[in-house]
Amino acid sequence: MFRLTAAAMSLALGLMLGLSRPASADEQVTHFTLDNGMDVVVIEDHRAPVVVHMVWYRAGSADEPAGASGIAHFLEHLMFKRTETMESGEFSRTVARNGGQDNAFTSYDYTAYFQRVATDRLGLMMQMEADRMVNLRLDDAEIATEREVIIEERNQRVENSPAALFREQKDAVQYLNHRYGVPIIGWRHEMVALDRDDALAFYDRFYAPNNAILVVAGDVTPDEVRALAATHYGPIPANPDLPERLRPTEPPQTAERRITYRDARVAQPYVSRSYLAPERDSGAQETAAALTILAEVLGSGTTSVMAEALQFDSQIATFTGAFYSGMSLDRTTFDVVVVPSEGVTLEEAEAAMDGVLVDFLQNGVDAAQLERIKMQLRAAQIYARDDVDSIANRYGRALTQGLTVQDVQDWPKILQAVTADDVMAAARMVLDRRQAVTGWLMAEEVTQ
Amino acid sequence: MMRFILPLLLTLAALPVRAAIEIQEVTSPGGITAWLVEDHTIPFTALEIRFRGGASVEPADKRGATNLMTALLEEGAGDMDARAFARARDGLAASFRYGVSDDALSVSAQFLTENRDAAVDLLRQSLIQPRFDAEAIERVRAQVLSGLRSDEKDPQSIATRRFDALVFGDHPYATSLDGTVETVTALTRDDLLAAHAATMARDRIHVSAVGDITAAELGALLDSLLGELPATGASMPGPADPAFPGGVTVVDFPTPQSVVLFGQPGVAQEDPDFFAAFILDHILGGGGFESRLMTEVREKRGLTYGIYTYLADRDHAQTWGGSVASANDRVAEAVEVIRAEWARLQAEGVTAAELENAKTYLTGAYPLRFDGNGTIANIIVGMQMRGFPIDYAATRNDKVNAVTLADVNRVAREVLDPAALSFVVVGQPEGLGETSN
Repeated sequence: MFRLTAAAMSLALGLMLGLSRPASADEQVTHFTLDNGMDVVVIEDHRAPVVVHMVWYRAGSADEPAGASGIAHFLEHLMFKRTETMESGEFSRTVARNGGQDNAFTSYDYTAYFQRVATDRLGLMMQMEADRMVNLRLDDAEIATEREVIIEERNQRVENSPAALFREQKDAVQYLNHRYGVPIIGWRHEMVALDRDDALAFYDRFYAPNNAILVVAGDVTPDEVRALAATHYGPIPANPDLPERLRPTEPPQTAERRITYRDARVAQPYVSRSYLAPERDSGAQETAAALTILAEVLGSGTTSVMAEALQFDSQIATFTGAFYSGMSLDRTTFDVVVVPSEGVTLEEAEAAMDGVLVDFLQNGVDAAQLERIKMQLRAAQIYARDDVDSIANRYGRALTQGLTVQDVQDWPKILQAVTADDVMAAARMVLDRRQAVTGWLMAEEVTQ
Repeated sequence: MMRFILPLLLTLAALPVRAAIEIQEVTSPGGITAWLVEDHTIPFTALEIRFRGGASVEPADKRGATNLMTALLEEGAGDMDARAFARARDGLAASFRYGVSDDALSVSAQFLTENRDAAVDLLRQSLIQPRFDAEAIERVRAQVLSGLRSDEKDPQSIATRRFDALVFGDHPYATSLDGTVETVTALTRDDLLAAHAATMARDRIHVSAVGDITAAELGALLDSLLGELPATGASMPGPADPAFPGGVTVVDFPTPQSVVLFGQPGVAQEDPDFFAAFILDHILGGGGFESRLMTEVREKRGLTYGIYTYLADRDHAQTWGGSVASANDRVAEAVEVIRAEWARLQAEGVTAAELENAKTYLTGAYPLRFDGNGTIANIIVGMQMRGFPIDYAATRNDKVNAVTLADVNRVAREVLDPAALSFVVVGQPEGLGETSN
């Protein structure tokens, strides 16, 4: 769903553990804070004369006021319109005329803007990004047209996709009280009413240097970034009224929840379950690390427990998977999915899935599998260094989701320290149907 | 939620201005050539292999054989069944991806320096000695069939299939390389062995490697990895000669937003007018936020989330394609605007300022592409597939800069063809009847 977050979803970066060339393996990361409270992270990669410039705001759809769902994302679109000093569209036009590319993305916990340009254009990017942090000038006619664009975006991403509609319903059932139950793009009936006041209220509340993180990655030194950032972002005053980021929390889930979503456009039914789960917290990432490895053990690829049982030892399923991302400000989910083979009902598929989970809780983790997973996690640190954009993304996400630079750098070590007992403790904690939502996605004409 | 998703189809002359990369041509002792960029910063190598021909060399009644065969390369090889192979690969933390398109079968591998020989040996077995075990065939066949059934209810897939059928007649490009439920169900193990022999041969290989490996090491690797492949494979299909009837084809499908593909004849990379057409496409719809179509259809009217065009220079056909999606009650207006912009560009051409902006972007963005081992390996194997010289990257921006306003506007007049512009619309569009020119 999100081009960048999906790419960065996997594994962490940081120190090399036990591989052959540790001297060349560390990523070069520098972190400092401007006087106005703006965090700065610099990631050096001098292989190509390119730099990625990103500004992340600690403001996403889960920070929206009730009744204005989608405003964080709508504002993201409107940020490419007019400012006090630039015409509507001039921002992107200027980036393109400098041979660069720009875009932006919104999630539950953050909104981020980025440009990818030749290194010598970095100052210009900062100048323009600093301008739109405080000088946005919204026009009602442009708002009306852009609202049609986000409605078409919702049509494309959600209304035309039964799987997306199903996921939206399932998330809404998963979160009784927290805004993670509301779609990032917004509920359609609220999107059509979003207006200038909604956008400016969100902008004025959250867009300020003391609520932002500057991430610069590529062929640049920390000193260069420090000087440019002081020039362009330094003069912007902090927002003294920046609210503390307090959100409603989920009550304990004590009853299993189930949904069935039917749609004539479904050709391949499946069963999907999400368990409410803890996220990575600063200084306390151990449980999330165990859950990360649990997802690998249970449902990542051909050698996982679910694939072995449901695709190899039996032919119940054509696809199985388990997913967990601890990158979340608040409580997240641990997900499992089973796509049944032709002729297998969802009821049978779900029963088989539960059978695998029960057996796993009894049998424990295979030591050789755990070793392979840790080897892959170590190697992923090496492969990840090939893509500096994804490293930039990782730090931006971490710093908008309650983690620190130190937490990001500790993460690989914490993953490597996870034991089989830790994985099983995490499994026993999370795999409880009383704190889960089970969903069936079905075709309309099928009865099971 | 991206502001919009950049198209994945950067079909064109995708390579560096004066990128600071140095490509060496390496020829193995056994006579296999590869392009290499040595960079010892990170201790791994990215390797890209292409077998020209891909799924287009298979017989029509075996449609889907190459695709199923390719999916089975990682499902057991040598004395390892599927699970043993996966464990071995995971234990080495190597990454192997096998894919097939109309024009090529591709293998993308990344492996660590510390266990390179073991990883390459494993990869070799998957290419030379795939097992095609009955159990694996049935398991993967079921996955392909599941995908085919899903495609039948997916507006994007429906549109692609209808468009290809409309344009490509009886050429392999006219049908999906995934095959149909009927053809895939009927495939036998012998068909897969035949597909393997037809596609994976030494007479159609291109290879690139980027990363922590020397020329001598790569030479030895090439022979051990690919030397045992057969010398020759199946013959290539002939030209596709695409036909664009013009007008609108509507495929009724109950969904709120209509999905639209459109296109007309394209321009080949070898054509002297290619770069003029490339710039023209950038201004029309290839240039993201700055393109005319994005401005008219999205920015001014809010009719869509994204609209793109692209020049597709495939081995056997050149097309100029595009895509858009709009709500059923607005898609007719989107189609009307696209037609009007097509005609306006053909009649009036572009302005000097538009040309200058396009050149600035295209030449500025080009060197920025060369920014990682995996990315560079992909780019330089693509250059070989297009038959470019090894120094292409150093001259490409000169070709862009050499295009004049007169060139672009002549190509606009001669190549843009509003009468041939053909639309396929999948959905329940209002006010958009079936038409033909």
